[in-house]
Amino acid sequence: MPQVSPQPNLTVDPAEVARFEALGEEWWDPKGKMAPLHAINPARLAFLRDVIVRHFGHDPRSLRPLKGLRVLDIGCGGGLISEPMARMGADMVGIDPSAGNVEIASAHAARADLTIDYRATTAEELADAGERFDVVMALEVVEHVADVGLFVRRAVEMVQPNGLFIGSTLNRTGKSFALAIVGAEYVLRWLPRGTHRWDKFVTPGEFEASLAAGGFEMRELAGLSFDPLRGTWALSADTDVNYFIVAGPMG
Amino acid sequence: MTASAQTHTPASGRADVVIAGAGLAGLSLALALRDGLGRDAAITVLDPAFARGTWGDPRASAIAAGARRLLTVLGVWDKVAQAAEPMRTMVVTDSRTRDVARPVFLTFDGEVEAGEAFAYMVPNAVLQQALTEAAQAAGVTLIAEPVRAFSTDRSGVTVSYGADQTLRAPLLVACDGARSRLREMAGIQTVSWAYGQSAITFTVEHERPHEGRAEEHFLPGGPFATLPLPGNRSSVVWTERTAEAQRLVELPAFRFQEELEQRFGLSLGAVKPVTKPSVHPLGFAMARSFIGERFALVGDAAHLIHPIAGQGLNMGLRDVAALAEAITDAARVGLDYASPQVLERYQRWRRFDTLAMGVATDGLNKLFSNHSDALRLMRDVGLGLVDRLPRLKGLFIKDAAGLTGAVPKLMRGVAL
Repeated sequence: MPQVSPQPNLTVDPAEVARFEALGEEWWDPKGKMAPLHAINPARLAFLRDVIVRHFGHDPRSLRPLKGLRVLDIGCGGGLISEPMARMGADMVGIDPSAGNVEIASAHAARADLTIDYRATTAEELADAGERFDVVMALEVVEHVADVGLFVRRAVEMVQPNGLFIGSTLNRTGKSFALAIVGAEYVLRWLPRGTHRWDKFVTPGEFEASLAAGGFEMRELAGLSFDPLRGTWALSADTDVNYFIVAGPMG
Repeated sequence: MTASAQTHTPASGRADVVIAGAGLAGLSLALALRDGLGRDAAITVLDPAFARGTWGDPRASAIAAGARRLLTVLGVWDKVAQAAEPMRTMVVTDSRTRDVARPVFLTFDGEVEAGEAFAYMVPNAVLQQALTEAAQAAGVTLIAEPVRAFSTDRSGVTVSYGADQTLRAPLLVACDGARSRLREMAGIQTVSWAYGQSAITFTVEHERPHEGRAEEHFLPGGPFATLPLPGNRSSVVWTERTAEAQRLVELPAFRFQEELEQRFGLSLGAVKPVTKPSVHPLGFAMARSFIGERFALVGDAAHLIHPIAGQGLNMGLRDVAALAEAITDAARVGLDYASPQVLERYQRWRRFDTLAMGVATDGLNKLFSNHSDALRLMRDVGLGLVDRLPRLKGLFIKDAAGLTGAVPKLMRGVAL
C-alpha cells in the first residue's frame, strides 16, 4: 500500500483508518483483539455518565440518565461507546472515517434494537455542515489524527454554548511507552501491533493548549489506571498513561 | 433454535427482566432489581402459585445477618420483624443419645455486630406474604401463569405463557426451585448425590422459654437441630437415615414422643409437636452451569444443599444480591446487562462459594454422621480448638452469618 502522507488541513490519517478497518467484526468480540477496550469500557462509561449527569443536573440513578441530550461520538469505531450511551438515553450520532466500521456499528445496533445515527464522515465535514451537540466526545482519537490542533478546534466548534467536550487519550510519558506500546502491544498482545505510535501520543498540556486555541477551558482531568490483580480499570489521579480531559467554553 | 419471524400479536409484551418463580428468591430478586434499575424498569414475575392466593408453607427459615440486611434494604424486614425470633446463642454438641451429659463444644454466643443477632428464625409464610405485598407495591408485574416455553436469540428471550401470550425481554431468570423446569428446558445438567438421609421437620411447643438459643446435636444418625421460634416454640430439623426417618414418623404418637424426648431433652420442660412431622429426603445438587444465553439460575434452581448449616435460603439470597449487583452495574453504564460478561461475573461470584458450602456441609455431615471413634476424637479435638481460639470462632460465626468473602452490596446492607 502506498504511504499516504497527511495533508496539513486534513484531520484524518488514512493509514490509521485502514488499521482499524481491518479489525472488522473483531470490534464486538470481548475476547478478541479489542478485549482491552471491552475491559476498560465500564470504567470509561461510568466516568462519562457521571461527568455529563453532573453538568446537566440529571438523575444518576435513572436507567436513562442521558435522556434529552444530543451526543456526538467522534471515531465511534464499532460503536462500543455509542451503544451504551444510546441505552442510557442519549440521542447519539456516531461518526467514523471508515465506512467498514460504520457498517459494523450499524448492524450491531440494529440487532440490539438501538437507534443510533451512524455516519461515515469526519469531524470537519460535520462542523462544516453546522451540526451542534450538547456533548462532543473524542475518545482515543487524537493520538490517531493527522493534526491534533486542527482536529480539536473543529470538534469544539460543534459544542452548544452550555455543552461539554470530553476527550481521552494516551499520555506521552515513559510509563505509557512501557505500558501501552511495549506492554499492551508486544508483551501482553492485548492490541494488534502497530495500533499505536508513541510519538503521536498527546500530553494533557498539549491537549489543553489545543482546546484553548478553540476557546475552550479545561474543567477536569482524570486518569484511568489498570489494577493487574483484579483485572479491572478504575479512575485515578494518575494521568501518566490514559487520561480524560473535560472542557467547556471559556468565560 | 429457529429464527422464526415473530408475528406481533396483541398478547405480546415487553419486560426488562422476566423472573420465573415467585418463591422467596424470585420475589427478592424482583425487589432488588427495582431498587437497582429504578422505577422505570419493567420487572415481570410469573408463577402459577399467584392464582392459589395462599402460601401454606409451614416451615421456618434461619435468616442470617447478611440476608437480613438485604431484606432491610428491600424494605421487607420491617414487615417480618415482629414474627422473627432472634437467634442469639447457638450450641453445638456432639454426643451419642445415651450419653448422660452432652459436652458443649461450640457456643456461638457472638453477635455479628453489637446489637445484631447472628440469625433470625422467620416463618416462611410470613416472609412470602411480605415479599408478595412489597413486590405489588413496588410495581412489579405478577402473572399467575407458569412459563410454558422460551427461545433465545442474539438480542433477547421470548417467553411463552398462558394460552398464546408472549413476553420479550433481554434476560430470563429461573427461580423455580430445586426441580426447576426452566433449567431442564435450558438443557443445563445438574451434578448431585443423595445422602440416603432425610430430615424430619416440625414445630414443637415447650414449657419454658428458649431464650433465643439454637441447638445442634450431632447424633450418629445425623444432626438434630432446634431453632427458636416466637413464643415457647421451636422448629425441629431432625436428620436420620431415610428408612429410619420414615419409620419414626409412622410410629404411634406416644412412641414418636419418646424418641423426640430422648433427643430434645427436658431442659425446656414438657415438649410436644404442634405440627405434623414431615419427611424431606436430603441431597446436594448443583447445576453444572448457573447461566445460559440470556438466562440465569438463582436459588434452589442453581443449588440445593444439605440443611445442616441452615444455609439454603441464605445462599439463595446471596445469589439474588450478586446477580442484582452485576445487572445493575452493567445497566447503569448502558451495557447489555444480559451479556456473557455480566452473567459470567455472576457465575464466578457464586459458583465457588456454592461448591465450597456444598462440600463443607457435606463433609461436616459425613464427619458427624458416623460411628468411628477415631473420627469422633478428631472432631472433638477440632471443635474444641475452634472454641478456644476466639479469633477463629469469630470468623466461624461471621461465616455462618454469610458475611465473609466478596460480599455483594445488598448483603452488607448497602443499596445498589
